[in-house]
Amino acid sequence: MNAAGLTLLALCLPFLGALAAPLLTRILGHRAALVLALVPAVLFLHFAGFAAEIAAGGVVSGGYDWVPSFDVRFSFLIDGLSLTFLLLISGIGALIVLYAGGYLRGHPHQGRFLSFLLMFMGSMLGLVAADGFLMLFVFWELTSITSFLLIGFDHHREAARRAAFQALLVTGGGGLFLLAGLILLWTISGTTQFSLLADLGPQVKASPFYLAALLLVLVGAFTKSAQFPFHFWLPNAMEAPTPVSAYLHSATMVKAGVYLLMRLNPVLGDTAAWQTLLPLFGGLTLVAGALLSVRQTDLKLMLAYTTMSSLGLLVLLTGIGMPHAIEAAVLYLVAHSLFKGALFMVAGIIDHETGTRDVTQLGGLRRAMPLTFGIALVAAFSMGGMAPFVGFIAKEEVYAALSSLDPRSIILAVLAVLSNALMFAVAFAVALSPFIGKSVNTPKKPHEAPALLYLGPGLLALAGLVAALGSTTLHRLVSSPMASAIAGEARMVSLSLMPHLGLPLALSALTAVLGILAYLMLTRLRCALAALLAWLGWGPDRGFDQAVGGLVRLSFSLTRRLQNGRLDTYMTVTFAMIAIVLLVPLFLFGELPRPPIFPADIPLHELAVIAIAVIGLFAVLLAADRLTAIVSLGIQGFSVAVIFLLYGAPDLSFTQFMIETLTVVILALVMTRLRLSPTDHRPFRETLPDAAIALACGLGATLLLLKVTQAPFDGVLTEFFNQYSKTIAHGANVVNVIIVDFRGTDTLGEIAVVMIAGLAILSLVRLGGSQRRIADNDPDAEHDDTAGTVEARR
Amino acid sequence: MKSLILRTAAPPIVSLMVLFSIFVLLRGHNEPGGGFIGGLIAVAALSIYGIAFGVETVRRAIVFHPLAIAGAGLLLSTLSGFLSAIFHVPFMTGLWITPVVLGVEIPLSTVMSFDIGVYLVVVGAVTSIALSLEEREDS
Repeated sequence: MNAAGLTLLALCLPFLGALAAPLLTRILGHRAALVLALVPAVLFLHFAGFAAEIAAGGVVSGGYDWVPSFDVRFSFLIDGLSLTFLLLISGIGALIVLYAGGYLRGHPHQGRFLSFLLMFMGSMLGLVAADGFLMLFVFWELTSITSFLLIGFDHHREAARRAAFQALLVTGGGGLFLLAGLILLWTISGTTQFSLLADLGPQVKASPFYLAALLLVLVGAFTKSAQFPFHFWLPNAMEAPTPVSAYLHSATMVKAGVYLLMRLNPVLGDTAAWQTLLPLFGGLTLVAGALLSVRQTDLKLMLAYTTMSSLGLLVLLTGIGMPHAIEAAVLYLVAHSLFKGALFMVAGIIDHETGTRDVTQLGGLRRAMPLTFGIALVAAFSMGGMAPFVGFIAKEEVYAALSSLDPRSIILAVLAVLSNALMFAVAFAVALSPFIGKSVNTPKKPHEAPALLYLGPGLLALAGLVAALGSTTLHRLVSSPMASAIAGEARMVSLSLMPHLGLPLALSALTAVLGILAYLMLTRLRCALAALLAWLGWGPDRGFDQAVGGLVRLSFSLTRRLQNGRLDTYMTVTFAMIAIVLLVPLFLFGELPRPPIFPADIPLHELAVIAIAVIGLFAVLLAADRLTAIVSLGIQGFSVAVIFLLYGAPDLSFTQFMIETLTVVILALVMTRLRLSPTDHRPFRETLPDAAIALACGLGATLLLLKVTQAPFDGVLTEFFNQYSKTIAHGANVVNVIIVDFRGTDTLGEIAVVMIAGLAILSLVRLGGSQRRIADNDPDAEHDDTAGTVEARR
Repeated sequence: MKSLILRTAAPPIVSLMVLFSIFVLLRGHNEPGGGFIGGLIAVAALSIYGIAFGVETVRRAIVFHPLAIAGAGLLLSTLSGFLSAIFHVPFMTGLWITPVVLGVEIPLSTVMSFDIGVYLVVVGAVTSIALSLEEREDS
C-alpha cells in the first residue's frame, strides 16, 4: 500500500482503538493502556516518516471524492504545519494514554475513558490533516463532542455536567460560525480544498465578502482556542480528569483555533482587519489569562489560565505580521505543548498522591516525591523561558518579533513582558511551592507516583530539553517547514541556545527578574486581584448562565403561547392556514379555473350517488348529536367510494371503503373516550367562524382540483407504468406495482410514518395531557414540589 | 357490548375477514388489493372482535403487542429493500424466484415480502390505536 492509503488507514486507527478499549480494559485492567498506547506510538512513527520529505519542501496528500456533485472531497494534506500538529497529537497522545492508565487505575469506567480519549485523538488528527473544508468541519465538531464526553466523564457531579455543556455550547456554536465562514470562502473562491485555496489569497481579499468570512472564521477559531471573551469554558473544563486537561485543554484541542488561523494566514492574512483583530483579541487574552491565573489557588486552574494566556500570545503572533512573528508562534506552540502538558500531568500526580490541588494546602513534598519535583522544575524552567530549554528559544523569538519601535509593538512588548513575568511566577508557584518549605498534612499521605504516572511528564519535560539542545534538527525538520507553510513562502528558523546580545535577551532578563519578584509577592498579588474581581462581580461565565437561563425562559414562554394544548386552537389555525394557502395564490395570480362544463348525459345512477353524497352532507350538518354526525359522515365517504368504483379505480375505491369504515369506528371510540357532551351547545355566532373556515377550505380544494384537471394532461408516466408494469415488475395491477415496486421507497417512508403515528397516538392516549407536564418544563417552577406548584397555578 | 347476536356471529365473520384480508394482500400484485387494503380489512376484523368480546380478548388473540407487529412489518419491508444490496443492484429492486412445488410454479419476490411488511405495519399501528382507545382508562 502506498503512503496515501496507509495514511488514510492511520487516520482510522484511533477509532478502531476506541472500539477495542473497553474490552481490552476489561481483560487487562489498567495495563490495557500499555497496549492502547501503541496506537498513537505507531501513528507517531508513521507521521515522523514524512518529516524528511516535507522538510525538503514536499507535501503528502491523498483522499477520495465524497460528494462529487458538490465538489466535496474526503482528502488530507500533510505539510509542515499539519505534520507538526500530527506529531504533537500522536506523540503526546501516547504519553497521555499511558498516564491515563495509571491515573484512573481501578476506576470502573477506565475503558470508557480510554475509548473517549482515542476517539478524541482520531478527531484531532483528522482535523489537522483535513484538506477539504467539510472534512475539517466534521472533525472540528467531533473534537467538540469528544471533549464534551471527556469533560463530563464524572457525570455524577453537577459541576462536571455544567462544564461539559458549556464547552460544547461554546465550541460547538463557534463551529457553526466556522461552517458559515467556510461556505462563504467556498463561494468566494470556488474551491473546497485548503491546498487550492492557498493560491487564491488575493482573490479572497479583494472580495466584498472578505470581512464577513474573516469574522465568521474568527468566531470559530476564538471560541475553540478560548480567546477573550469566549475564554470562560476553558477553566471550567478543568472539571475533567487531569489526563484530559493535559491533552485536550493545553496541548492539542485548544490549539485547533490557532491551527485554523495559521492554515488560513496565507489566504486571509496580511490585511488591516487581520492585523488589527488578531493582535487585539490575542493581546486581551494574553493579559486577562495571566492576571486571572495569579488569582487562582487550584493547581489546574492556575495552569488553565496560563494556557489561555499562551493561546492569546499565539493568536497575537499569528496576526501581527512582523518579521519573526510566525517563527515565534511556531516555536512557542511547540514549546508550550511540551511544558504545559508536562506541568498538567505533574499537577495531576500531586492531586493523585496527596488528595488536594490547592497550592496553599501543599508544601514540603520534595522528600516524598523527588522525581516528580525534578520533572516539575524542568518543565517550569521551560515555561519560564530559561536556558537551556526550548521555552527559552521560543521566548527569544517572541521578543525578537516584538522588538521594533512602532507604538503598537512597544505596547504589545510591554504587555508580553508583564504577562510572561506573571506566567513565570505561576510556573514556579505550581512546580516549586508545593515541594519546598515545611511538610504539610494532606488528605492522603504523599509518596512517589508509580512509573505509569511519571513516565509521560518526564518524557515531555525531557523533550523540552532535547529539542533545545538539538535545535538545528528541530528547526530543519519541524520549525522551518511549519513556518513556511503558515507564511505561504519559504522561511528559515535558525535561533539556537547561543545567547545573542540584544534587545530580546534584555527583555528575557527583565521578564525573569519581574517574574521572580511576582513569585515572591504572589500572595499579595492574589489578594489584590481577588478584591478587584469581587468588585467587578460580573464575568462572562456568569453571563453564560444568564444567557442560557434567559433562553430557556424565552422558549418556555413562547412554547406556552404557541402550543397552548387546546385542540380547537390547533385545528382552527391548521385549517385557516390550509384555506389561505389554497385560495390566496389562486386569486393573487389570477389562476382561477374556467367554470366546469356539466355533461348533458349523466347516467341516472351516477346522479343518484351524487345526490346521496349531498344528502350525507346535510345529515352531518343537521345531526342532533355528535355520534350521529360522525356516522353520517360515512354516507358521504361511501358515496365517493362508489364514484371511484364507477370511474374505474377499484383499488382507490376499495381503500376508501375501508378508511371510511375505520374512521367512523375510531372517531366513535374517541368520542366515547373524550366524554364530550353529546351535542354542540355553542351559539350560532361562535360556530360561524368555524363554518366560514370550513367553507373556505372546501371552496379552495374545489377550485384547485378544477384548475388542476383543466391543465393539459401529460401521459408519459401513465404510458410508462402501463407498458412496463408487467414486463419489469411482473405485476398486472399497475397501482399496486407502483406502490410496492416502482415507488417502493416512498411506501417504505409512508409505513414508517404510519408506525410513528401509531406510537405517538398510543403515548398520547396512555399518558393523557395533564397540567403537570407543562410545569415540568417550567424553568421557574420548583421541581421537587411539582404537585404544589400545579395547585398554586390553578 | 353484550349482544348475543354479535357474540355468536363475530367468530366466523372475523375469521372470514382475516382470511379475506390475506387473500386481498396476496392477489394485490395482479388484481385490486395489496398490503394496505388487506391490512385495513384485518383491522376492521379485529375491531369487530374487540367490540364483541372486549380488548383483552383481542390482545390475547393476536399474541404480540400490536406495535411489535407493526415494528416487525417495518423491519421486514426494510430488509426486503436491503436484500438487493447482496446482489449488487440498487436499493429496493424487486428480486424474484419461482420455485416449483408439486408441479406448480409459485412466484416469490422481495416485492411480496415488502407488501407483507406493509400489511403488518397497517394492522399493527391501526389496531394499536383502536385498542388503546377502546380500553377503559382504569385498565
